[in-house]
Amino acid sequence: MNILGLSAYYHDSAACLLRDGEIIAAAQEERFTRKKHDARFPANAIHYCLQAGRIDATEIHHIVFYDKPFVKFERLLETYLAFAPRGFVSFSKSMPVWLKDKLFQKATIASELKAALCQEVDWSARLLFSEHHLSHAASAFYASPFEDAAVLTMDGVGEWTTTSVAIGTGSDLSLLKEIHFPHSLGLLYSAFTYYTGFKVNSGEYKLMGLAPYGEPRYVGLIRDHLIDIKDDGSFHLNLEYFDYCTGLTMTNGSFDALFKGQARRPEGRLTQREMDLAASIQVVTEEVVLKLAKSIRDTTGQSNLCLAGGVALNCVANGKLLRSRIFDQIWIQPAAGDAGGALGAALSAHHLMLKKRRKPSNKDHMQGAYLGPEFSQQEIEARLSRIGARFSSLSEAALIEEVVRSLIEGKAVGWHQGRMEFGPRALGARSIIADARSPTVQKTLNLKVKFRESFRPFAPSVLREDVSEWFDLDSDSPYMLLVANVRADKQMAMTLEQRQMFGIDKLNVQRSAVPAITHVDYSARVQTVHRDTNPKYHRLISRFKELTGCPVIVNTSFNVRGEPVVCTPEDAFRCFMGTGIEVLAIGDCFLSKQRQDPTLATDYTNAYELD
Amino acid sequence: MNEFIRELWDFLRVRKKLWLAPLLVLMVAIGGLLILAQGSVIAPFIYTLF
Repeated sequence: MNILGLSAYYHDSAACLLRDGEIIAAAQEERFTRKKHDARFPANAIHYCLQAGRIDATEIHHIVFYDKPFVKFERLLETYLAFAPRGFVSFSKSMPVWLKDKLFQKATIASELKAALCQEVDWSARLLFSEHHLSHAASAFYASPFEDAAVLTMDGVGEWTTTSVAIGTGSDLSLLKEIHFPHSLGLLYSAFTYYTGFKVNSGEYKLMGLAPYGEPRYVGLIRDHLIDIKDDGSFHLNLEYFDYCTGLTMTNGSFDALFKGQARRPEGRLTQREMDLAASIQVVTEEVVLKLAKSIRDTTGQSNLCLAGGVALNCVANGKLLRSRIFDQIWIQPAAGDAGGALGAALSAHHLMLKKRRKPSNKDHMQGAYLGPEFSQQEIEARLSRIGARFSSLSEAALIEEVVRSLIEGKAVGWHQGRMEFGPRALGARSIIADARSPTVQKTLNLKVKFRESFRPFAPSVLREDVSEWFDLDSDSPYMLLVANVRADKQMAMTLEQRQMFGIDKLNVQRSAVPAITHVDYSARVQTVHRDTNPKYHRLISRFKELTGCPVIVNTSFNVRGEPVVCTPEDAFRCFMGTGIEVLAIGDCFLSKQRQDPTLATDYTNAYELD
Repeated sequence: MNEFIRELWDFLRVRKKLWLAPLLVLMVAIGGLLILAQGSVIAPFIYTLF
């Protein structure tokens, strides 16, 4: 039984192939089209999934779309009705889109499938729809290692639901409660993303990264005016301050008046105010998540928790949740955003609509999230030769020696190996890596390699067996979704003068033995590297540890700001030649910048729209 | 188109939202006029509603 899950038309289109309940392949469309958050029909991702599954289109038994357009339209109509006549401008912009296009999504998907795959198949007859939050919940529970678990999903909004709680038992997944639009923790966080001058839907990470620079001085104001948080974690937003129900922005004039100023202009100067706002909304988000978790534990008695939905990408809140020990174990879907909806839609169809049994497993079913395209050594060599790259083909051991030597010399290394990751994080398959011990790496990587804001922190990859020696964490974090502090004995105390520094000035202070991955509050977004899911990456870090005594390296996604993570060897080479990356390892091919033909370099600094 | 209308009707019936039907007709009419007036259709950026 082959099931194809799809997410599309809003943001982060993706496709996933499920065979008899096993995840065969999954990929985001943006990786193929090279357009970040591409929302178009995921024709390329579908082609890749079929190729990875070695099937042709006629062998797909069901196609499952990750949300229900009619229910979404119902929410639209009822929202406009509730706020009429206030939302006319928004109505006049959205209605034509719906009436011309989105309302006919079933026909649109069928005709796209026809065009992309096969004319002869009646795709409408094979098409199913899963609810948005059910898709998220299914992606979290069925892919988790748990036989029984509570499932919490939180995001901006699906059809009506913004937060849901479900219980998963074996092959069953049943909904317990929901919070509906317009009351949404995701939209509240996005409102602050917008207000602090970042892009909604991609800047939320930046806001989270900015929070440790600030003081949570606006928490009282947020609690008193914007959100009413109940003891059980349910909440109610005060819509007087938000514009998203009726207008075209997230916040309105009342919000500006409350925080005594207008929203920061995108790319404008970051001030202490934005940092304090970021710190404040982070505190409120954590409060809601922890209260919800506590009430779920109390009412369900479950000891395991699965998380998905965009808010589950808030790894600072996840780390707090783990340390609170409200649940014995938590598992977070690595593709927690809408791309993961494709996977969840397929899983929910398999288990809930088709009633197929779930195979028990004590490991999660994500295979390290390495579910995307891979390239054989022969193919890599052919592709690199075709574009004029100069490379040496080495044995794996020799390649690892060269890469480790380059890391120790302080070079930024492009690391393109095996199957590409599914989800927003690079996990050692399409990564830029560097020496975490270097005090200059954070600044250099941000400004010369990634061309992004200098305040943004980098994350560490650490050998699983060594994680508790370096971080206040003793559990798996294979998907870089948990934040933990660098252990006290690895921290460096700041002087009184350094402690009194404000905001970004703190960044230049060396705070630990691994400064490149230590945020200003001593926290780090940890990825544990496991021998069984990524053996080559594990061997690389093990060798680095043998030579330096340090099992921690910097791991950041292989891209520049605004660019989707690289997919093919050609993408990797282009990024390598356009940035300050000095060394590139693709499969067992080793490339150094010095050996390349400089005329192949392209100006990469303005190649992508800023995110 | 017939299939679409039947599915929409079934949807309203199952969800007990038949009261939305007249509103739907009205909105289709207004929306149709807007389409004629605008010529092209571009989705605004906020994803929550669109």
